Amino acid sequence: MSYAIQAEGLVKRFKETTALGGVDLSARPGTVLGLLGPNGAGKTTAVRILVTLLRPDAGRAEVGGYDVVRQAHQARAMIGLTGQYAAVDETLTGAENLVMIGRLLGLSRPDARARARELLARFGLADAAERAAKTYSGGMRRRLDLAASLVGRPRVLFLDEPTTGLDPHSRNALWDIVRELVAEDVTVLLTTQYLDEADRLADDIAVVDHGRVIATGTPAELKTRTGGLVLEVRPAEPERLDLVLDVMREVIGARPELDGGLAVAGVNDPAVVPAIVRRLDDLGVVAAELSLRRSSLDEVFLALTGRRAAGAETEPEEPEETELEGAGV
Amino acid sequence: MSAVTASRRVGPLDTARHTMTLAWRGLVQIKHNPMELLDLSVQPIMFVLLFTYVFGGAIAGSPGEFLQWALPGIIVQNALFATLATAVGLNVDVEKGVFDRLRSLPIARTAPLTGRVLADLAKQVWSLALVLAIGLALGFRIQTGIGGVLASAALLIVVALAMSWMSVLIGLAASSVEKVQIFAFSLMLPLTFTSSAFVDIRTMPGPLATWAEVNPVTYLSDAIRGLLLGGPVAAPATRALLWSAAIAVVCAPLAVRAFRRRA
Repeated sequence: MSYAIQAEGLVKRFKETTALGGVDLSARPGTVLGLLGPNGAGKTTAVRILVTLLRPDAGRAEVGGYDVVRQAHQARAMIGLTGQYAAVDETLTGAENLVMIGRLLGLSRPDARARARELLARFGLADAAERAAKTYSGGMRRRLDLAASLVGRPRVLFLDEPTTGLDPHSRNALWDIVRELVAEDVTVLLTTQYLDEADRLADDIAVVDHGRVIATGTPAELKTRTGGLVLEVRPAEPERLDLVLDVMREVIGARPELDGGLAVAGVNDPAVVPAIVRRLDDLGVVAAELSLRRSSLDEVFLALTGRRAAGAETEPEEPEETELEGAGV
Repeated sequence: MSAVTASRRVGPLDTARHTMTLAWRGLVQIKHNPMELLDLSVQPIMFVLLFTYVFGGAIAGSPGEFLQWALPGIIVQNALFATLATAVGLNVDVEKGVFDRLRSLPIARTAPLTGRVLADLAKQVWSLALVLAIGLALGFRIQTGIGGVLASAALLIVVALAMSWMSVLIGLAASSVEKVQIFAFSLMLPLTFTSSAFVDIRTMPGPLATWAEVNPVTYLSDAIRGLLLGGPVAAPATRALLWSAAIAVVCAPLAVRAFRRRA
């Protein structure tokens, strides 16, 4: 089987810090690979290597069958890139931004204009085509940015945190576009800190932390791998929470987490639930809330890294990215 | 299939085409925003007026006499400041991610640099014409002829090209546009003032006069003065070109290194 994206043992160091400590990735054609991890995990560095902007210190990678270092030019012809910040020329109109890319990619002037019109219409920017991009809203800029990365009909599309800072409506619109592209057999690599985003879009997920891939699999596999089920109990009387924690630990054999007034524990065997209910009943504890559900990717991430994932703490970005903080959008 | 054919490398013809497209990008904004052209023009107009009417009487006895002497110097200072537009533009591209987008395209590696430099040279010619036109309107009289004007423009463009290497270096190395501007101001202002651009360097104290004599801005100002007003041209022009070559030789490899490091 051939892969649209394949990376083996990618290593990248920036002075003291090791941004990537040997990363393997692969994506089958026409699928979405989600690169999931907190800020500073190395996601952006991996993307920059795959789109030929950064040379790896060790390891190799192929995109669309071309080596990103030795055949960088051919690899570039296969890819589209949408970075963390809308990389559009703000002084140009939306149409001019796209015509410029088309011309650079060797389209004739009429073809470049036609392609620009087509993309602007597809992304709901037709009315704004002749306005300077600096008058666009954040969501419009992102859409123009995505359109710009599609001018050359790339076979492999890289989206680096494409929905960071977008409102829910724009985010849903972007997700729909990604699904359409995949239906057209485009391969997408998407980095995200948002677990539900990876859950909804990705066929496969690679969880990245501290420059390493710490888990891979489909969203379902990842959820099953770490416990699979989550039991949450909230006692009607908050002061009896300690008692609930004790009971859960006793029955499950592992210490539950505290989440507000909620005792949360991963469970593998659903049979523990009636056992816990019986014990609580014996002790006269009434549960105001008691639920058993499949674990979300959030809990998967917590189980894998021992930390919460999205947005909680902001860790330092990859070194070369810090100066971009707050630009765009 | 992909709209782009995956050829092995970029030929010279394509390189030229990519450069032209990116130069177009640098100039087309003027079409929507003619104010941009005015922005380019405000500083030269201000310089001519300020120097002539504020300092002219004190330095040369009358604004008219001063203008006749100093306009070539104003032209030089204006041209040197204009080369810094390249640094600002590149820095903005890097910061906004436009630079990354361009470099992720299958185009000539140098095109994002050469395209911008070319667009900035066009703006440079415009601002040169503007300063000269204002000078003429205020009473400056060319003593040589059209040949002198064209030769001045050619010399300034060659020097500006060499200086753009420095500008590219600053644009790629600086971490923000503000730093570019601070650097530009604190380098260009003293450099242009400690020269024969506006005054007779024989009036300067010893060590300063010694520096001013070898300052490239002095050579360039003297050469332009010779080309527009008559007088020696060959010696100062040669020295100005040697200086430019030296600046390019030092800055070009550093700029290329900064460019690669961005890669």
